[in-house]
Amino acid sequence: MVTVVHENLETTDAKMRARDVSVFYGDKKAIDEVSIDIPTEYVTAFIGPSGCGKSTFLRTLNRMNDTIPSARVEGEITLDGDDIYRSKMDVVQLRARVGMVFQKPNPFPKSIYENIAYGPKIHGLAEGKEELDAIVERSLKRAGLWEEVKDRLQDSGTALSGGQQQRLCIARAIAVDPEVILMDEPCSALDPIATAKIEELIAELNGRYAIVIVTHSMQQAARVSQRTAFFHLGKMVEYGRTSDIFTNPLEQRTQDYITGRYG
Amino acid sequence: MNERVAPTRTASFEARLQKRYAAERRFKAIGLGAILFSVAVLLFLLATMTLNGIGGFQRVEMDVPIDFTQAGIAADPTMMAQPGAVNSLQAQGLPEVVSFYASQALGEEAAAEIGPDAWRDVAAAIIADPSILRETVTFSLPTSADLASGYSGEGSAEMQALAQKLNDEGKLAKNFDPGFLGRSDATNPQQVGIWGALKGSMLTMLVTLLMAFPIGVLAALYLEEYAPRNRWTDLIEVSINNLAAVPSIIFGLLGLAVFLTLFPSYRSAPLIGGMTLALMTMPVIVISGRNAIKAVPPSIRDGALAIGASPVQVVFHHVLPLALPGILTGTIIGMARALGETAPLLMIGMRAFVATPPDGLTSPATVLPVQIFLWSDEIDRGFVERTSAAIIVLLLFLLVMNGLAIYLRNKFEKKW
Repeated sequence: MVTVVHENLETTDAKMRARDVSVFYGDKKAIDEVSIDIPTEYVTAFIGPSGCGKSTFLRTLNRMNDTIPSARVEGEITLDGDDIYRSKMDVVQLRARVGMVFQKPNPFPKSIYENIAYGPKIHGLAEGKEELDAIVERSLKRAGLWEEVKDRLQDSGTALSGGQQQRLCIARAIAVDPEVILMDEPCSALDPIATAKIEELIAELNGRYAIVIVTHSMQQAARVSQRTAFFHLGKMVEYGRTSDIFTNPLEQRTQDYITGRYG
Repeated sequence: MNERVAPTRTASFEARLQKRYAAERRFKAIGLGAILFSVAVLLFLLATMTLNGIGGFQRVEMDVPIDFTQAGIAADPTMMAQPGAVNSLQAQGLPEVVSFYASQALGEEAAAEIGPDAWRDVAAAIIADPSILRETVTFSLPTSADLASGYSGEGSAEMQALAQKLNDEGKLAKNFDPGFLGRSDATNPQQVGIWGALKGSMLTMLVTLLMAFPIGVLAALYLEEYAPRNRWTDLIEVSINNLAAVPSIIFGLLGLAVFLTLFPSYRSAPLIGGMTLALMTMPVIVISGRNAIKAVPPSIRDGALAIGASPVQVVFHHVLPLALPGILTGTIIGMARALGETAPLLMIGMRAFVATPPDGLTSPATVLPVQIFLWSDEIDRGFVERTSAAIIVLLLFLLVMNGLAIYLRNKFEKKW
């Protein structure tokens, strides 16, 4: 069973490239030979029913699955041509280059300032207080949160609303200046207004960072992404332009999913 | 027309509802009763302790004026600052001077019942301020144990009569005894103090905390965050849980067999006592620490890992600070248990009679619970009140220690 890839795609430089990636949890195969290129120019969306493996695949892209002892990855994933699963790969550096935003906002129970400054501090990206202040301000501005929090940077990050917390987490990921940002259903815990803000933000960040977003909402995929991959039962069924996937799917299963027959 | 009655509006539903409310009221009443009962028991305990213990902070004394201008005692201020000052005063005949003035003021019969070590109080006063040698000073000196029990209506008939007579003359009084907090163990209940045991307890607890806390926390962190889940870690987990339940006297035997074999010259020392108690406290800290670490949400770890924190940074920047309040709670419980522990310390020789407060971690010492145990074993009635007083000191120490830990815990507690 091979992925159906649409043929009308523009050629792009792949920031990340996955080839025949399979993921096992113990004996169970959660991901079956997925191959995909992740460009910087477009936002890539992973859609599919619950349990189809889209989050699992996302987490292999910055090796967050390493924290699960039984997880095992086969195949090849490269970032700028470097295999990220090679034994000499520095996971800490990889995660600084490939940032991640989670389903549930998870700010540290520290001040807003500390939340943003933590990454730059541990990586030594700032020399002195002023530079750190500048990074915090820039990150919050890019995440569209600066105006709302600039007068209370010392307040706890957990005191913000859910939508603000998620934008804080995005700002936290941006602060270490990554090349790729992975978003794992970033809006599933948010109300429509907060969701709209995050979607706007994704549109603004597009082009600067390679963005991959996993989402349950097909409307959201249609709104924010230009490339869509449909996952089903651990396989990547179809990959193409978002507009084509939604209006003109080539596979019956994709058709069934987007018309709401299952999922 | 067939009227349909909703099942929630039938009589049987109403009856069940009433039963449910009744069950709730019953449960509340039982809970309240349990709390009131424990509060009553606690109040009873505190009241008895206080009533009995107040006498322990007092002692029976007689006033003796001493005219130092006639006594012929010389005290050079520089010499008085040296360690041998008490011996020098003894050599100059201070004990005789004291008994001479006592018999002058009180009569031969009463002077004989001045405590044999009473002159030491006078010596301490001279050492504190040598200038009193130029004047007449009235000292309240402790009586012998016999006269003190006579004063309390116990002991021999003669002593009771003498106490009665002196009391009528206004020469005998039971006064507050601040020295109780400054002296150490003695054979005469009139002369004993709690300072030696208190200092011994402090030093022992210090050693226990310094050993058990870091080892316990690091063990908990390793087991939770790093150790793989396999048969060995299961075995270690079971062993630690069992260790927490081992009777404390077994730890005393362990301390005796291991620590005193390794360091035979440190018998009765707070260092060995603290190490033994640390063995006992560590499992409690490990268990509570692991639970506290488990309670830190995984999303925090993910968040930190995802911006490139190394596992050690995740642990020390995020997990440990968030788990610290829980770890401190376990530490409080463990330390409180260690403070009240007697049995293991008996095994390693901390039950010796120690008349001077310990100088450091390696000098012989005893601790508060052992001191209480020793005094409660004394035949002399004077020790009964002293025992209660020592219990009050122990409880206050416990209160201060726990208060400090709770303050620290609240300080580290983060709002979510």
